Amino acid sequence: MTPPLPAPAPARTPETDEFWAATSTGRLLLARCAQCTAVIWYPRALCPDCGSTSVTWIEASGLGTVYSFTVVHRGTGPYRDAAPYVVAYVELAEGPRVLTNLIGCAPDQVQIGQRVRVVFCDTGEGSSLYRFEPAEDPSQ
Amino acid sequence: MTIRGQAFIAGAYEHPRREIPDRSVAQIHGEVALGALADAGLGLADVDAYFCDSAAGFGPISMVEYLGLQPRYVDSTETGGSSYLVHVGHAAAAIATGRCQVALVTMAGLARSLPHPAARTSGSPEATFEAMWGMSVVAGYALAAQRHMFEFGTTSAQLAEVKVAASLHAQHNPHAVLRHPVTVDEVLASPLISSPLHRLDCCVVTDGGGAVVIVSPEVARDLDRTCVKVLGQAEAVKHTNNGRIDLTYTGAAATGPRAFAEAGVGPKDVDYVSIYDSFTITVVETLEDLGFCEKGAGGRFVLDGTLVAPHGKLPFNTDGGGLCNNHPSNRGGMTKVIEAVRQLRGEAHLAVQVPDCQVALAHGTGGSIATRMGSATLILGTEDT
Repeated sequence: MTPPLPAPAPARTPETDEFWAATSTGRLLLARCAQCTAVIWYPRALCPDCGSTSVTWIEASGLGTVYSFTVVHRGTGPYRDAAPYVVAYVELAEGPRVLTNLIGCAPDQVQIGQRVRVVFCDTGEGSSLYRFEPAEDPSQ
Repeated sequence: MTIRGQAFIAGAYEHPRREIPDRSVAQIHGEVALGALADAGLGLADVDAYFCDSAAGFGPISMVEYLGLQPRYVDSTETGGSSYLVHVGHAAAAIATGRCQVALVTMAGLARSLPHPAARTSGSPEATFEAMWGMSVVAGYALAAQRHMFEFGTTSAQLAEVKVAASLHAQHNPHAVLRHPVTVDEVLASPLISSPLHRLDCCVVTDGGGAVVIVSPEVARDLDRTCVKVLGQAEAVKHTNNGRIDLTYTGAAATGPRAFAEAGVGPKDVDYVSIYDSFTITVVETLEDLGFCEKGAGGRFVLDGTLVAPHGKLPFNTDGGGLCNNHPSNRGGMTKVIEAVRQLRGEAHLAVQVPDCQVALAHGTGGSIATRMGSATLILGTEDT
C-alpha cells in the first residue's frame, strides 16, 4: 500500500473561489459560456472562445479518459518524497483536457485511453484536489 | 514590409563558464555585453537599443543603468527560453524602421549556483489549476513524449539518437559540460526521471549567458567583422487553447512557415539548424513542425546520423546544444543563435563546421510544451544570401 499523495492547497482567487468551494463538497464544476456554450478550461470569468464575460457553472460528470501520462520518478516541492506517482492529462467527458494525478492503480498499469473517474482528496484548507482513478475495477 | 536584409548580426559571445558562483547575474550580463560588442568591433557607447528578458533585475530599467547605456529603444519581451530569438526579430524590425542602428541583446543567469528562484508562475492565472500535481519541468515534456509515442510509434531509442548526436558534437567543445560521446544504450540505461524520459534525455543545468549585437546594413558595412544577415523571424505563443491541448506539436508549427516565407527559403535550403533541445522530444517535435520531415516521422528522421555534423543530412547543435554544452539560466535560446552565427561565419569547431554553410535556422522554445510555450524561429544567412 503506497502512502497517499500530498494534497497541497491551491491558491484561490475571487475568480476561482466557487470552483474550489465545490470540490470540498465532492463536486467538480466546469465553467461554461452562456453565450457560445463552450466549456471553459481552465475556469475563468472570460470565455476564450468568444470573449463573453457571461460565464456560468455546470457540474461535470467526473468521467474521462487518459490523454497522456508520465510516471514521475523525481518529485519536487511537496512531492519530493512521493515518487513514483502519476501526472496525467485526463480528457473529461465534457471535452477539456485537464492536468491531474492518477491514483488508485499501479503506475506501470496506466495506459493512454484508459477510462477514469474523479475522486477528491481533501487539502485540509476548505478545498479538495480533483484526481482520477480507474473507472473499472480490473479484478471484476 | 519585411526585415529580410535590413539587419545584420555583427557580434556574438557565449560566456565560457558553466558554473559561476563568484559572479552576480548583472555582472555576467556585463561580461557578455562587452564580449559581443568587442566581437563586433563596437563599444557600449555605440549601443542605441537594448534588449533583455524580465529575469534581469527589473528588466531593461535595471540593466540599462548597470551597463551605462543611453538607448532610444528598449524591449524586454518575455517568452522564456525563446525570448532572445524574439529580441533579434524585434531589433531587426526596429532597425528597419529607423528607430535604432546598434541593438544589444544580453542574457545571463545562475540556474546551477542559485537553483531555486521564486517560481515565475506563482501569480499566473493557470497556477491555481496546475501547481498542485507535482509536475516538474521534465514531467511536462514527458507527457508530450508519451503522447507522441502513442500516436506515431516514436521510441525511446529514437529520442536517444538526438542526445547521441549532441554528444558527438560536444566532444569538440572545450567549454561543454558533457564532453563524452554517449550511445543509444547509455541513454536508455540512464535513470528514468519522468517516464518515458531518462536523465540523458534532459539538458544540462548551467550558469552562464550570452549576447548578440544586431546592426543596420550601414553600420555592418563599416565593420571589419564578418556579419550575418537576418533573413526572417517569427514568434508565437502556443497554449492549451481552452482545454484542447494537443501535445504532439509545438509553436514551431506556426513560426516555421512564417519565418521561411519572410526569408524566401524553405527547409531544403537550410544548411545548419540550432534546435532548442531542453529535452530530446523537444527536438523531434520541432523538426517535424518546421517541416524538415512529416508530422510524426521525427523519430525515424533522426536515425542514421541525420543530425550529426558535418556530413549528416541536417547537422544540428554543433556546440553540443543544451543537451551537452550549455543551457544557461534554463534558457537555451541565446546559445542557439550564437552557434548559428559561428556556422555562418565558418567559425564553428573544424570537426563540426558545415561545409559552405549559407543558410542557418535557429529555433527557440520557452515555457512548457505541456501547457503554454513561447516559440521563435530565426533564419540567418551569409552576407551574400
